Amino acid sequence: MRTVLALIVTVLVLWQGVIWLAGMPPFLLPSPGAVAEALWLNRAEIARHAGFTLAEVMLGFLLGSVLGAGLAIAMGFSERLTGVLRPILTFSQTIPVFALAPILTLWLGFGMAPKIAVTVLIVFFPVASAFLDGLSRTPQAALDLAQVMGASRGRIMRHLRIPAALPQLATGLRLAAVYAPIGAVIGEWVGGARGLGALMIHANGRMKTDLVFAALLVLSVMTVIFARLVAMALARAWRRYGV
Amino acid sequence: MTIARVRGQAWVGDTPLFAPVDLTLAEGGWTCLLGPSGVGKSTILRLIAGLETGARFDGEVTRSTPVALMAQDPGLIPWLDVTGNVTIGARLRGDLPASFLPKYPGGRRSGPIKGPERRGAEPPADPNTRAKTLIDAVGLGDRADHLPANLSGGQRQRVALARTLFEDRPLVLLDEPFSALDARTRAQMQDLSARLLAGRTVLLVTHDPAEAARLSDRILLLREEGLTEWPVPLPRPQGAARPYDAPEVLTLQTDLMRGMMA
Repeated sequence: MRTVLALIVTVLVLWQGVIWLAGMPPFLLPSPGAVAEALWLNRAEIARHAGFTLAEVMLGFLLGSVLGAGLAIAMGFSERLTGVLRPILTFSQTIPVFALAPILTLWLGFGMAPKIAVTVLIVFFPVASAFLDGLSRTPQAALDLAQVMGASRGRIMRHLRIPAALPQLATGLRLAAVYAPIGAVIGEWVGGARGLGALMIHANGRMKTDLVFAALLVLSVMTVIFARLVAMALARAWRRYGV
Repeated sequence: MTIARVRGQAWVGDTPLFAPVDLTLAEGGWTCLLGPSGVGKSTILRLIAGLETGARFDGEVTRSTPVALMAQDPGLIPWLDVTGNVTIGARLRGDLPASFLPKYPGGRRSGPIKGPERRGAEPPADPNTRAKTLIDAVGLGDRADHLPANLSGGQRQRVALARTLFEDRPLVLLDEPFSALDARTRAQMQDLSARLLAGRTVLLVTHDPAEAARLSDRILLLREEGLTEWPVPLPRPQGAARPYDAPEVLTLQTDLMRGMMA
């Protein structure tokens, strides 16, 4: 905690120092004081936008995780399905979400739906790929025993493969929790008037750089807290499984 | 009566793993399949178990009873305690609800045999009681709620033995189950297994002539040239291993060692 504080103070001092030394105008680089002031003066507006973003992040994270985990289990059952889907999945990740966001907005309108969709797109891949990796690494000794014991594929999945893969699933979920807000903000950038992304675009267009920085700061803090809470919840729920 | 037979030859690529063999297991007693590593002992055991071997097998495998398996890797489930591991088979077959609540409180204790034969013998009357008895029998009564991570190597094999007994199968396949244990623990596990597996047909795969000398009623020596039956001149006490220090056991061990070196 002390090192974090020291780091923050150092960054603030450097930041202010650059402004003094280089004489940067506030619309290019606002001072820490100006950002703090913008944050305080616009606190109600920022909080409202942050609320929308948070809702999109949580819904997108939940939906993307369920889809990703479900896909991983389906692929874990069938090697043929894995053979078909793996290249499609990899291909889907070569498309920049940035390029998709406007199309999603066109299809889904200016409400929350396209933002959640972008978040889902960002979340489901790390979840699916980490979980699938875990599902394919069940210790052979346990699988042999299960087969000799006369277990069905479904019960092997439920009692052995899924619990054994929870540490990898947790890794995917922790990663996805960090990325999820990026998805929501990309969605907000492209269309709509609500959310921290929309606020940033709007403020940027009007040279309110201090407000952009304030919104960015809130987004970062929100992301760190969200990711931390997800990690803690996972560690608590799945400690027995080695998470 | 023959309860299992493996006849044929196994190949890895174009190289034969072993010469053509014909292994017949009769009901009752301990049969040791003895041989050096890499000669295909485990492959034969896995063929009988119906498991993937990684080798190509030309021939036929027949088996008329369900089996239980115990291997060098005890294969314990790290998130289940000792009781959970012992009863894992019941859970994997769906015989046992996730909790230990009795299905028919105060009523019928067990049903008739249902399902295909591979599901094993009579379903346990009360899995909970049976598991507890078996855990006591392997000497882990005070550790029934421990996780595998908190057990020693020998204790883990005791759990594996209790799990094998819980399966209650007439034919038990042991794939070098004691080879990772220290000498004293190994001897203790041999005694315990001989006692608790009495009355079942056992196929023990081992590379240790001392183990074969202590436990076998019948010894099959597997070498690259093929399978040879090795005479066992000593009777084995009922439900026990031969003493590790008896001169005739040591003589048999030496003979087996010579046979493996030949």
